[in-house]
Amino acid sequence: MGMRKVAVIGAGMTRFVRRAQETGKELSWEAARMALESCELTLDDIEAVCMGTAPDAFDGVHMKAEYLSDGAGGWRKPYMRSYVGGGTGVFAPIQGWYHVASGLFDTCLVVCEEKMSSYTPHAQAAFLTIFDHTTERPLEPNLLWIFALEMNRYMQTYGISKADIARVSVKNKRNAADHPCALLGERDITVEDVLNSEVLAWPVQRLDVSPVSDGAVAVVLAAEHVAKRNTDRPVWIEGVGWCLDTAHWTNRDLAYPRYVEYAARMAYEMAGIKEPRKEIHIVEPYDPFDYKELHHLEGLLLAERGGAPQLVADGVTERNGAMPVCPSGGLLGVGNPIAAAGLMKIAELFWQLRGEAGARQVPGQPRRGLAQAWGDLMQVGSVVIMGR
Amino acid sequence: MTLLERDPNAPAAWLGELPLASRYTAGLAGERFLRAIKDEGRIYGARCDRCGVTYVPAVAFCERCLNAIEEWMDVGIRGEVYTFTLLYQDLDGNRLEQPELVAFVRLGDGGLVHRLGEVQAGEVAIGMPVEAVFRPAGERVGSILDIVYFRPSCG
Amino acid sequence: MTAKILHFPGVSLSEADFEQGRVLFNQDRLHGDFAWDTGIAIGSYLAALRRGVILGARCRRCRRVVVPPRVVCEWCYRPMSEYVPLQDSGKVNTFSLCYVTWDVQRISEPEIPAVIEIDGASPLHGILHRLGEVDPQQVHIGMRVKAVWKPPADRQGAITDILYFKPVVEV
Repeated sequence: MGMRKVAVIGAGMTRFVRRAQETGKELSWEAARMALESCELTLDDIEAVCMGTAPDAFDGVHMKAEYLSDGAGGWRKPYMRSYVGGGTGVFAPIQGWYHVASGLFDTCLVVCEEKMSSYTPHAQAAFLTIFDHTTERPLEPNLLWIFALEMNRYMQTYGISKADIARVSVKNKRNAADHPCALLGERDITVEDVLNSEVLAWPVQRLDVSPVSDGAVAVVLAAEHVAKRNTDRPVWIEGVGWCLDTAHWTNRDLAYPRYVEYAARMAYEMAGIKEPRKEIHIVEPYDPFDYKELHHLEGLLLAERGGAPQLVADGVTERNGAMPVCPSGGLLGVGNPIAAAGLMKIAELFWQLRGEAGARQVPGQPRRGLAQAWGDLMQVGSVVIMGR
Repeated sequence: MTLLERDPNAPAAWLGELPLASRYTAGLAGERFLRAIKDEGRIYGARCDRCGVTYVPAVAFCERCLNAIEEWMDVGIRGEVYTFTLLYQDLDGNRLEQPELVAFVRLGDGGLVHRLGEVQAGEVAIGMPVEAVFRPAGERVGSILDIVYFRPSCG
Repeated sequence: MTAKILHFPGVSLSEADFEQGRVLFNQDRLHGDFAWDTGIAIGSYLAALRRGVILGARCRRCRRVVVPPRVVCEWCYRPMSEYVPLQDSGKVNTFSLCYVTWDVQRISEPEIPAVIEIDGASPLHGILHRLGEVDPQQVHIGMRVKAVWKPPADRQGAITDILYFKPVVEV
């Protein structure tokens, strides 16, 4: 297609915490600095910066990405922001990818940051504004409604039980116990714990949801000739895809994320993947709620419709299973600073594919991984496929 | 062009508000910078040796090279008016009887945007030396408003 | 994580750190008041609600009827052909029993938001609203419901001119 090969050569991240002392600028800096140090580059080696950060309302600063730009290394550089809700964390590296793949730049630093704790009294309230102001907000909805409504429809359509879904939360929180940056890693959590947790908006219970968090992640992208000089283990971006569905979410089939499928197909085609189940060795789908991991696995064509729960029940998605899903611990275990969460998955694949994931390492020398994020009013799917 | 027409009885607009309340931490650098204002009545800058820049307010890192900055220094309370303006409207667009004097006061290689006091509008000039006037120590809380305003200083 | 990295940055604070003044912070509030133009399609939707009618729109090319109405079909990008008055009944596509408010306050009696497929619109095309006059444990997907309206004099041309949807007793 006339596009150059692009590799991820470095990554860094902050701990994901409930409320950070650092300002958003300082969080961005901590991640960016770590990413540069990990591949021994300086800011002078970076030709462009892509910043992903979600609603300005969280940090409480308008034009948030420009405000954070000094921490993200954007001083006097070509600088761009992307913002597609939760999809940002996987979309920002796509934006970074085409900066380099196009031939315009040889290196690009991608930074994603979120400081949700600035929003008082609780960041959840900020999501009120995602609903249509005239036809929906007068009903005083809250964000939980959207997820609960989608979860219920999904469960009903395929006859999935709460226990089937709770297994995902258990798997991810246990996996996160091995992630040094995790907010909610728990080695001993059980399905009973999830099913006994407080009902928020049935069928959603407290332990089905990932927590509000602050944090930042950064990765360094490089063109082939730069990557090969820098490291003997570059991780190539082999495919990218993104897709948006209608904002009229009450006019859609909530049991299946069609937009995730289209984003995945775009990425699979670019990567030359014909049989995703066989060719993808690690999957990091977006899991702000446990049922979402299942929903997305089906949208990614890695499970039959309604069939994802069986994969979990059979142990296929455990770290040592045939198709590990969220070995990082996902959003459920590590945390959910909206934009940074998706990039955390990209960083995880980077470390996994190089054999550097420590206690979380998927065995068997995995060669190819897929990260997916989701966002807006249940609209956007962004997919990146990485390989060694 | 559309084929649908607007119902003549359609309400013209829907009214609503965006609820947004924020709590901002001072941050790693801000904590130290504001405590110095509060406890010592001092304004600190931070210097990046590699780039030769002294940031005011002091910061944790240099934006030009992303190195951590360890060296903090007292930049004094005197600076010069880099630019200024007279505000004749408040945030809601209402006319102000007396204009507010706001200036960017150069300190180190940075500076502070703040109010000017003890001076008439017609007397302010770019380049004018000014000094910070602090609240009494017991009234400071660790805010940029612990400085009440900058006033002309005698060089 | 690579075994080489020993320390990850990020300083975690507790609510007590703020309450006890261990960290400095300041607070601010946005005053964002809005007047949103209702537009062609939603303006007409609201006017119809005032008359006790749920209004949809038809795209002849896609052969579907949508609700709420819009001027352009987002599937084929052609102008919607005409308005279609719909019935004020439908069936529950999905629902939730919500025990927390938008600002995370706990409530004892659940609110029941639902997506209701409106009779007269295409399948899977519905609106967000609430259910009422129903035992939460009796609500199920597929349940038939009908709108309960405010008295005509109290309606203002708003989605809340419908108070809620309640179950229809099947005959």
